[in-house]
Parts: sequence; structure tokens; C-alpha cells
Amino acid sequence: MRITCPFCGERELGEFTYLGDAKPQRPAADAGEDAVYDYVYLRDNIAGVMSEHWYHGGGCRAWLKVTRNTLTHEISAVEAAAGAGAAKVGA
Amino acid sequence: MAGDQANRLTSGGLIDRSTALSFRFDGKAFLGFKGDTLASALVANGVKLVGRSFKYHRPRGILTAGSEEPNALVELRSGARREANTKATTAELYEGLEAASQNRWPSLNFDVMSVNQLFAPIFVAGFYYKTFMWPAKFWEAIYEPAIRRAAGLGRASGVSDPDHYDKAWAHCDVVIAGSGPAGLAAALAAGRSGARVILCEEDFVLGGRLLADGGTIDGLPAAEWIARAVAELTAMPDVRLMTRTTLFGVYDGGTYGAIERVNDHLPVPPEHQVRQRLWRIVAKRCVVAAGAIERPIVFAGNDTPGVMMASAMRSYISRYAATPARRIALFTNNEDGWRTAETAIAAGLQVAAVIDARPHVSPAHRSLASKGGFPVLHGAVSSVDGGKNGVRKISVSLTGGARAEVEADGLAVSGGWNPAVGLTSYHRGRPKWRDDIAAFVPDGAPPGMVAAGAANGAFGLGACLREGFEAGAAAARDAGRSGNIGSMPVADDEAFSISPLWHIAGKGKAFVDQQHDVTASDVELAQREGFQSVEHLKRYTTLGMATDQGKTSNVAGLAIMAAVTGKSIPETGTTIYRPPYVPVAIGAFAGHHRDENFHATRLTPSHHWAAEQGAVFVDTGLWKRAQWYPRAGEKDWLESVTREVKAVRNGVGFCDVSTLGKIDVHGADAGAFLDRVYINAFSSLAVGKARYGLMLREDGIVYDDGTTSRLAEDHYFLTTTTAKAGLVMQHLEFCRQVLFPELDVQLTSVSDQWAQFSIAGPKTRDLLKEIVDPAEDLSNEGFPFMGAREVKLRGDLKARLFRISFSGEMAFEISLPARYGEAMARNLMVAGKPFGVTPYGTEALGVMRIEKGHVAGPELNGTTTAGDLGLGKMMSTRKDFIGRVMAGREALTAPNRQVVVGIKPTDKGRHLRSGAHVIPKGETPGPDNDQGYVTSVCFSPVLDQWIGLGLVERGRERIGEIVLAHDPLRGEDYDVELCNPVFYDPDGGRQRG
Repeated sequence: MRITCPFCGERELGEFTYLGDAKPQRPAADAGEDAVYDYVYLRDNIAGVMSEHWYHGGGCRAWLKVTRNTLTHEISAVEAAAGAGAAKVGA
Repeated sequence: MAGDQANRLTSGGLIDRSTALSFRFDGKAFLGFKGDTLASALVANGVKLVGRSFKYHRPRGILTAGSEEPNALVELRSGARREANTKATTAELYEGLEAASQNRWPSLNFDVMSVNQLFAPIFVAGFYYKTFMWPAKFWEAIYEPAIRRAAGLGRASGVSDPDHYDKAWAHCDVVIAGSGPAGLAAALAAGRSGARVILCEEDFVLGGRLLADGGTIDGLPAAEWIARAVAELTAMPDVRLMTRTTLFGVYDGGTYGAIERVNDHLPVPPEHQVRQRLWRIVAKRCVVAAGAIERPIVFAGNDTPGVMMASAMRSYISRYAATPARRIALFTNNEDGWRTAETAIAAGLQVAAVIDARPHVSPAHRSLASKGGFPVLHGAVSSVDGGKNGVRKISVSLTGGARAEVEADGLAVSGGWNPAVGLTSYHRGRPKWRDDIAAFVPDGAPPGMVAAGAANGAFGLGACLREGFEAGAAAARDAGRSGNIGSMPVADDEAFSISPLWHIAGKGKAFVDQQHDVTASDVELAQREGFQSVEHLKRYTTLGMATDQGKTSNVAGLAIMAAVTGKSIPETGTTIYRPPYVPVAIGAFAGHHRDENFHATRLTPSHHWAAEQGAVFVDTGLWKRAQWYPRAGEKDWLESVTREVKAVRNGVGFCDVSTLGKIDVHGADAGAFLDRVYINAFSSLAVGKARYGLMLREDGIVYDDGTTSRLAEDHYFLTTTTAKAGLVMQHLEFCRQVLFPELDVQLTSVSDQWAQFSIAGPKTRDLLKEIVDPAEDLSNEGFPFMGAREVKLRGDLKARLFRISFSGEMAFEISLPARYGEAMARNLMVAGKPFGVTPYGTEALGVMRIEKGHVAGPELNGTTTAGDLGLGKMMSTRKDFIGRVMAGREALTAPNRQVVVGIKPTDKGRHLRSGAHVIPKGETPGPDNDQGYVTSVCFSPVLDQWIGLGLVERGRERIGEIVLAHDPLRGEDYDVELCNPVFYDPDGGRQRG
């Protein structure tokens, strides 16, 4: 499998580490135990198109949001995580 | 049988008659020529019997002339290079080649295990499952060893492979599998358009079937056309022609696997060269021009040596000028098989008869028969008489019911052609059935791949060239190449007609899968016993599961199953195709990653100095760390380690701790960021101070620990454990980029940039004063405990100094650019000489941390909470942090959790062992009474006894209680006392002093 890193270009699978479903959002500090439990433990097991977190540890160390079909391994989109890359000066 | 190449034709063939090569088969000396395979050289020498079969030990000969060979498997080479199950049909002959037949005892000619044939009625499909079921314990002790002795193929060498294997990447626009007419035409079109092309050909000569079957292309004889095409391709700078290279698999994203047999054609690879190279080829497009495999027809005695595929017989005669038989019979159900009769006549051989299963034969073939003086029999071969010396007589059932017999010493068989659908089907593709050619053809392919020529079911020469050329042009175009592709090579198409025929019922064993000895009756039995799905058929009979993966047998097997179940062949379907297309040595997948190169090795900055000192090193992840520094006269490691500990506790010592993970945290929000990843606060840490921090996973379990120092308002220097360095970096990047993108913070891994030494012991300041600039104040007031700041060293170098202590002694850690690490170690030795400075290793480090009750890897084991470690109070209640909510769950805060406690044997002379379980006094040891276990132990020089840390239920409430240490692994039970985990200097006065 090959992933096109927005910073480095197309790279081989071995440079990346898989984390998992990118959908769950970390709950706010006051969201309560049930919300955090869902966030930590409950995952959809999707047969089809899924948004996933991948880490380009063998390259630029960016966290990426990869849209992948788990049945075909086809990757339809790759975007950098919101905080990836250098801080924007003056932003 | 003779050693004089009696079956070599006097002229013709793609062999170099000026280079004779001597070789041995089963100890007997033979001669062959350069350009031969082992199989063709054996054919030329009249050797028909080359092996014994897997189960019945039946005599077997050579069936094919390619990588689909099921029978002619040999042990090639000897000693450490002995390689089992090597196909004689693809092994290139070299001077001095040694090969031995397999699965026979005492000899190939007289094999006592051939009595298995007499018991054949019981060796049917599912035999092992049915027979060796009971009693269960007999399986490992008796049945399996006996079966393994009797059945099987070649022997492994049993010793380490002395050769090297390489792995390489290649990138191109178009990769092409196969160099027959379709493959060469594809390469011409793609190459002319300017594409970067890699063509992989598993043979050692380019040309594919053209090498044996010839033909006329663009008005030229095939050999001349090949030479011109290869010359044109060779002149193109972006075209790479790779012979001896099999494209064996296709992976996601246009990645292809290929194995290049770089030096298999030599006895031993030349010095500094590899034996084989595993290629990963990234290509925008792939053209599969892998051709087709001729398939057998199943009849009684079809495994007799001398029965050979018709196309293979042509290969031996035309390409190798070697005659498998003097008087050849041909059994075919299709037009193409007749070529073998043409080739035989042209070579001056006798054709005994052509048995054609079709009702009609073309006028051209009729006239060939009359010219060659042989009969054409309409019907089918019902059985073959013969044995280990080859075919003698062939019985034929004529259409209409009459019988005939044909005397011949060789039988060429053609049951039609199966396109090589492997590569196109590896992504769970299912090939589709085509009635007109009675074969499965690709039905789609993985993205970017297309089949052309015979691999796509186009069997005519003209069609192969046309499909190949068009596929090559399209592939190049898709890859963005638009050069002038010139004119397409042209040839006539031969007529192709076939009437499908799979199996002729008759008396005697009729083999479907010759390598695994699966017969037609095994397939029928599987059907009767309910194993009708092709996947069940495969596993129950082992059809197609041998090293050849059923290349010559799978389609016949499922056709027979279709017949007995009354279904059509497409309804019956194929099994799933999986790579690799040919066996690939594990050594090739490993490449250079073996032995000491299995993984990278990281050396600490002071490694070479430590090695000079005679340090004993221990592997810690990828690192080599000095474990202890033995001195002359010390009898064991314990004596050395004890000396090192005492030297630190009473004087001064130093230890390279550069393996800790080090991360620079920069930015206006650096403190706020650390507050969220650590359980304790860091935004409140004063500049110039260090603090111990603990991280949790989001599920509330402890993740990692370490000290972090604030070097400036917006700059922290964070350390991790050695083991977790990479993972913590990944985790922190996740927190920064994904969870908290709003924070202005950046992370930089600086683990390799800084050498770091711990300097510890009451004389630390004395030593440091010799190292740092005299103007630096190292007093308790000027540099208090947990201070952290940059200092100037004597000379002009700057370093960072941290007043932190893992040993419990007065200690500093000094950090300086890694390139000065070795010099610093040498400098400390020189400067510290007056104070008796002693380098210490990881063992002494571990002893001192246990004496101080500091937790480390055995306690941070992925199951413990901050509370379990006695660090619960560090959890801030005034901020959110990773793991906060889940750490509050009932089970993670339950009062009966196993928590860290000190443990020491009541008998001071007793050796405490880690892993021993803690059982309450008076209770029977067992899971119900298990209250925890010993995690870390050491011999404490201070207490002069073995001590340890453990995780024990309610441990902190039970200080002073005597419990049983139960160690069933070592068969030991002894009393231990639960105690304060801080064995040494519990009020911490020494480290603050």
C-alpha cells in the first residue's frame, strides 16, 4: 500500500503507523465518564470507506487523516491533522 | 541410459555446443551444454526416471519444461547450499552441478517404499484424518514421525545458508511479466513511447514460447525477430530487461513483488555478490504477458515416465535439441497439440500415432500424417503400460467403442491451455470461463493491471503480438507517455479448436495432481463424502497444495468435480489464487536482515570507550548498553556490580544514560501542553527547575515516566524511558496535532543529539568542579536539588546540568552534544581519578533504583495505575489530562488493587527471585490465593541481602506482614516480609545533601 503524504509525497506503507478510526472526538473535560468510555473503547468495525489516523513516523512525523476502503485498500483522500506541520507565524 | 548425450540431436537448439558442462545426478556423471536446464540435459542423456512420488513412491519423469513442473524436483547442490524441491526444468546447468533425486530409499531405481502402491486403496483422500485419529497422544509420538519419514519431498540442508540475499526497490511506468511475443510487443510499444519499462522474464533467455515454437513475425523467423526486438529495447535507456526474474505477486497501490535469481546459475555466487534479490517494483501500470500453461489429460498411467506435455516435448526437441523419446505418440484434444507431431517429424523422429479426441482433423494434418506415415486415431488414451524405464505401450479407446494399441516410448499429451491467471487474480479476482477455448481467462485485474496474449486467452501468434502491443501502448499512455509507438509487429494467427476432455475412466491410477499424488478417484471420493466445494476439495484431497500450487492440476481437478456433481465448470468455480506465483526463499524476504543485522544497532556516545574498558553489553531494544565493567580478579557479575554500587554510594561513579528519549518542547503553550499530557502540572514549574512527570494512557493506565526540565519560559526539555522513546514521541505528536491543535507548541526529537551522563555519589561535586567552569556555583544554594540549567565547562564548551537522582545519592546529570560524549567519558575518568571515580552499568543502576524503591519497566507494565505505583497523589485535580477520567473508574481505584511494595526474604541468606507469587501465610498456593508477584529483585550491597519490589494486593497496608513467596517454576517456597519499598535513605537526605 502507498500513502500520499501531503508533506512528503507518495510513500510506502512501511513508513507509516496505523492508529485507527479517526471519527471519535476526544470529549470535553466535563463530558463525563460515559462519553470518555465511548471515546476510548467503542469503535465501528467498518467494511468499506473509513476515515483513519496514520502516523508518518518514517518521514515528517505528521499525523494524517486517511480515507481508505477497508475492503479494497483504495485510498481516496489524505489530509494532514489540524495541528500538523509547523506553527503558522502570525496566525 | 547413457552418459554420452545419446538423445541429443546433431544440430539445432539454443545450446552452446562449444561449451560442454559436466554434472552429476544421483552420483552418476553426465555431460550437457551451456544453455541446458538440468531437465534438458537429463533428457539428452536418456534419463527418464528422475524422482519418486510423494505418497505412493511411484516412479516419475519430467512432465513439463517450465516452472509449472510437478514431478522433476531434485535436491540441488550439497552441504549448506543443498536446496530441496528444486525444479530440474528451471535449474540452469552449470559446470559441476550436483543433484539428487528425492523421496526414495535406498535408491531411485529400487525404492522399498514403493510397496505403498500395494496399500494404495487405503491411502485415499482424507486418509490421515480418518486413520490416525485415536488415541490422540499417538499423533505426535508415533503417527506423525512415521508419516513424515514415508511421505515428503526433499530434505533441507539443516545448516545456516552461507549465501547473501538482497532486497531492492524499483520504480517505473510499466512493468511487464513475461517476454513471449505479447511481452516483447508490449515492451516495444511502451518503450518507444518513452515510458520507463521493467520487463521480468523468469527464464534465462528472452522469447517465451517463441523459443520452442518459432513462427514468422514481420516476415522474419522468430529468432531473428526476437534478436531485433531485444536489440531495440536494450538501446532504450529507460527500458530494463530482467531475465531470471519472476514477477510473483501484486500488492496494494501498484506494488509488485519479483524474485531475481541473480546467481542461481552458478555453483557459488561470486565474491561480494548475492544469490537472489527480492524486488519491490512500484509501477503505474502492469501488463501480464505470462502466457499459458498446457494442461494434462487424466488417464490411467498418466504419470509414467515418458508421458510429457506436448509443448514440453517441443521445447526439448526445438530449444534444447534433446529427444525425450525415439518413437512418439501424441494424444491431443486440440489443434495446438499437433505442433508436436510437426516438430518431431521435422527433427527426424518417428511418430507412432496421433490420438485426437476431436471428431475432425484438418486436411493439413491429414497430409502430415500420410507424409510421416503414422495413423490418426480418433478417440482417447485409456491407459499406458510402462514403468520406471518409461512408456512401452499405449491403449486407446477409439470413438465408436473399438480399442487400439500403440507402441511408443514417449507420449506427448495436450489437453488445451490454461492462461496463467495467477497475477490477475491475486486480489481475490475470480477468472471467468470461456467455452470457445475451454479455459478460465482473467475477469478484470487489480487496479493498473491488464493481461495480454495467451495470459488473456489469445493463443494465436498474431493475436499475442497485437494484444501485447496495444496493452503496452495503453499502459504507457496512462502513465503519461506519448511518444511515437511505431508500427505493430504482425504475424498470422493459427487456427485453434478444442473439444474439452479431462478424464478417461479406466483401470489403474489416473493422477490429477502428480506432486501430491491426488488421483481422479480421490476427487470422486471427496464428492461422495460431501467435500464438493472446490475449497473443500482442495483441502480434503490436498489437490493443488504442493510446491507447484496445482499449476498443471487445478483446472482438471475442478472439471472432474464438475462432472461428478453434474454442474458446469464455471458453476464449480476456482479456488482463491494467492501469491507467490513460484516459491520464494524465506532468505530472500529476510535479505540482509539476519543475524547481527536482523535489526539496526544503536550505540551510546561512550560505547567505544566502554568497550575499551571491557564492559559487558546488554541489548536494550536497539541499544547496546554497558551492563557492568568487570575488573581483573572478580569472579562473577555480582561481585562487579556490588563493587560499582558501593563505589557510587561511598564515592562517585558515572553512567551513560543517553539512551533515554529526549524531546524539546517549544512554544508559548508548551507548559499548557505538558499539563495535558502529564498527570501533574508543568506550567507552574519555574524556569531552571526539573520535575518528575508521569503520563497515562487515555484508559487511565500508566504509560511512561521521566523528568522534564524548564530551560526557558517557552522551552522544556522532556525525557522518556529508553523503551518508550519512539512511542512517546508518536503519542505526543498525536496529542499536539490531533487532540490539541489550538496550542502553540512544537516538538523536536533530540534523543540522538545529546549525550547524557549520570554522575552520582557523595563526591560528585568534587568531580564536577574539575569539569565545569570554576565560576559556576554548584553548592546546594547555587544549584539546589531538582535544579536544571546551562553551565559553562572548563574550556569553552557549554553543557546542561540537571540535579536529579535515580540512585538516591547526591547526583547530577550532565548533557552535552553527542559528539562530545566519548570525550566526556574519558575526561570524567581522568578528572575523577583522585576521587576513585567508577563507571557503572545498567545493573548497578537497577540495584540502586530498587534500593530507592523507584519504579521502572517491570512496574510500569501496562496494567498499573498511578495509585498502584504509589504516585496517586501526583494526579492533579485542577486540570484535565490524558487518562484522567478513565483513571477514576471504580476498578482502577478499588482498595484491593495490587500495589507496589518492598519485599525481602525473612532468611537473609535467601535468594529472592522475580516472578515468585505472593500467597498469604497458611493458605494453599494457587490462583485463588494469589495476591500478586515479585516484579524486580537485586542483591542490595547496603542491606547485604536480596531485596525486591512487588505488586501485592493492599500491599501498602500490610507493611511488616510475613507472606509466602511461591515460585512453582523453580520449585521454591519461602517466607518474605512486605516492607517499605524505599529500602535506602527513606527521607531522601542524601540526594538533597
